[in-house]
Amino acid sequence: MSVKSEPITINLGPQHPSTHGVFRMRVTFDGETIIDLEPIFGYLHRGSEKLAEERTYTQIVTLTDRMDYVSSMLNNQGYILALEKLANIEPKPRGVWLRMIASELQRIASHLVAIGFLIQDLGAWGTPLTYAMREREKILQMFEMLCGARITNSYLRPGGVFMDAPVQFWDALSEFTQNFPSEIEELEKLLSSNEIIFSRTKGVATLTAEQALNASITGPILRSTGVDWDLRKSDPYDYYDQIKFNVPTHTAGDNYARYILRVQEMKESLSIVKQCVERIEPGPIRPHHDEVPNLVKPPIGDCYSAIEGSKGELGFYLVSDGSISPYRWHVRSSSLINLTLLKEMLVGTLFGDLFVTFGSIDINMGEVDR
Amino acid sequence: MFEFIYDILETILSLFISEFKYQNYILTFVAGSLSAFIVINAVLGGVLAAIWGERRLLGKFQQRSGPNRWGPLGTLTSVADAVKVMFKEDIVPEEADRYIFNIAPLLLVIPVFIIFSVIPFGVGLYAVDINVSALFILAITSISGLSIICAAWASANRIAIFSALRSVAMLISYEIPVGLSLVGILLISESMSVMDIVIFQKVPFILLQPVAAFVFFLGSLAEINRTPFDLTEAESELAAGYQNDYSGMKWGLFYLGEFAATIAASSVFSTLFLGGPNGPFLPGIFWLTIKVVAVWFVIIWIRATWPRFRIDQVLNLAWKGLFELTLINIIVTSVSVIIWTESDPNRLLYIAIFNWVLTVPFIFIILRLLKTKNYDENEEKLSMYPVGSDSPKFEKVSK
Repeated sequence: MSVKSEPITINLGPQHPSTHGVFRMRVTFDGETIIDLEPIFGYLHRGSEKLAEERTYTQIVTLTDRMDYVSSMLNNQGYILALEKLANIEPKPRGVWLRMIASELQRIASHLVAIGFLIQDLGAWGTPLTYAMREREKILQMFEMLCGARITNSYLRPGGVFMDAPVQFWDALSEFTQNFPSEIEELEKLLSSNEIIFSRTKGVATLTAEQALNASITGPILRSTGVDWDLRKSDPYDYYDQIKFNVPTHTAGDNYARYILRVQEMKESLSIVKQCVERIEPGPIRPHHDEVPNLVKPPIGDCYSAIEGSKGELGFYLVSDGSISPYRWHVRSSSLINLTLLKEMLVGTLFGDLFVTFGSIDINMGEVDR
Repeated sequence: MFEFIYDILETILSLFISEFKYQNYILTFVAGSLSAFIVINAVLGGVLAAIWGERRLLGKFQQRSGPNRWGPLGTLTSVADAVKVMFKEDIVPEEADRYIFNIAPLLLVIPVFIIFSVIPFGVGLYAVDINVSALFILAITSISGLSIICAAWASANRIAIFSALRSVAMLISYEIPVGLSLVGILLISESMSVMDIVIFQKVPFILLQPVAAFVFFLGSLAEINRTPFDLTEAESELAAGYQNDYSGMKWGLFYLGEFAATIAASSVFSTLFLGGPNGPFLPGIFWLTIKVVAVWFVIIWIRATWPRFRIDQVLNLAWKGLFELTLINIIVTSVSVIIWTESDPNRLLYIAIFNWVLTVPFIFIILRLLKTKNYDENEEKLSMYPVGSDSPKFEKVSK
């Protein structure tokens, strides 16, 4: 008996519960198997890059917060580094240490969100997510002590940070660094030896190093394919060259590798935070107004500067015409570029793998569409 | 329960009037309706409590408080929800097949309630006694698949079709191991009636038939679409699956049917494998409630902890794992039933030992065979670039 069958095309998103925002995919299925996939972007486009042309250099920091809203500190850091490079600002050491602590904490928070939502997409009804969110909450409370905001921090300023850390912050931080390893162990005990997670993620949506490099994919996804590339090591910014840490890599390039890599990176970030706390010394947190005025006017020229964001290389390109606001501001957002291989990863897999892969790529629509 | 009500009605009637024509028909109808009314309302009350309990428990599992606004400890939350659902707008999509669209929720709810008609709530406390009620339960539970495919097809929604096809594939696959897992019980108790099985269980069947209990539990999880087999309405993939286009009370009926099915599955499991209302000191209804709540708790526990399988893995587990386990169980049980005949005083003890020794290891063997291949052993082959770093391998780019 022959059964007549034909492919079925479904629009997933922009209002689907698991597209991590407003992402839309036009997916063609043959039964449960994906045979074609077309990503459609732009539902969260807010014109940040154009808005920046009307704002002063310091005001743009608030725009970077709203790009990738689960890792605002890292966005702040990337932008400020580009601005410092453009305007030749010498940052103050205490400010640099503070922003390194903040950005590594933010990396942990971002990876926690990534892992939590990956497991949520796998179908675990919320429990691992709430465990991850509980840890993230502690970090957000520390951010509140630092700058009064939890998500949209705007903590960094040209040459440092805008406020010194209060006493409570250091207490909370030392408590966090003590407790976090056991908390992550608890999460791992629940997840990393679970047979369902193995069977759902191992060998699924595999990416080779060549594919990843050709598509200029960065971050944990590139490292999961075996390429040892981390901008904190390969092009050290701030004081990362004074700090000892490992860049964990994996060779499988599948969903499980991407997941387990994030867990390992959180541990590395924690050790970086500890080292920063040991190295930090009293001093000014940013240059005085006489050195760096509020209305920074960089010399005419352009510059590109990138940091290792939580999702990959986060680059900022600034063109200055000598005025108080940039002539052009462009963001190389890792989320967008990491999404470009979605079709290659997913064709041939099943419907159930679609959102798991999507979760393991860990994108943020705010950064994809900007 | 039916006979009890019938007798009471007959006694009351005989006090006032003499016996009239068709009296037994009328009394049968009235007594039957009354016992159905009692059972259905007990189950509905149970569902309301179960919804509250499930949300509350999930809250505890997830380190949050759960519903806590309406009534003490949020107990009135499900009542408020029910009222809200009743007053919501009832939308039927334009392209939907109206008749089937409307009838599908009923098709899901009614069979679930019918299951309770054969569950003994206590000694002599049951709605009906059918002599093949174990088979009856299996037959009735399959109707839910029909309802789901009706709902999906009628709402003309592609995502719903996905959900319905998954549901039917799972139902067909899991009916077989579930049905076969009961064979061991039937062989030992030599009856197909749930009442007889309950009376037989001086020792709960889970001790005599561990593998059958394991398979039956997993199979009923799959049939009621619970984690880790909740592919039918996998929220992160299919949004709400087959109920995507339903709203108002029709959606409410689906919801009700689902939660009632969870209670039904726990009561069937506790009746067949945990001894049902049998137990010392307390009356039967309390023992059944305790057992149902225990099984229900395990279902919630699994839901709160585990991710879900993929559709191919679900079917693999049914055909390559559970099916073989039930066959092994049937062979072992048949042999043991023949070896130790009724006359043997320690018959059940020997059967239990025989079963545990010969079947339980197969659970681990078969699950081991189905396990995911670990790729860590061929890591060297996959490696293209040096792994791990302590110092920068790339030259520092000058700023």
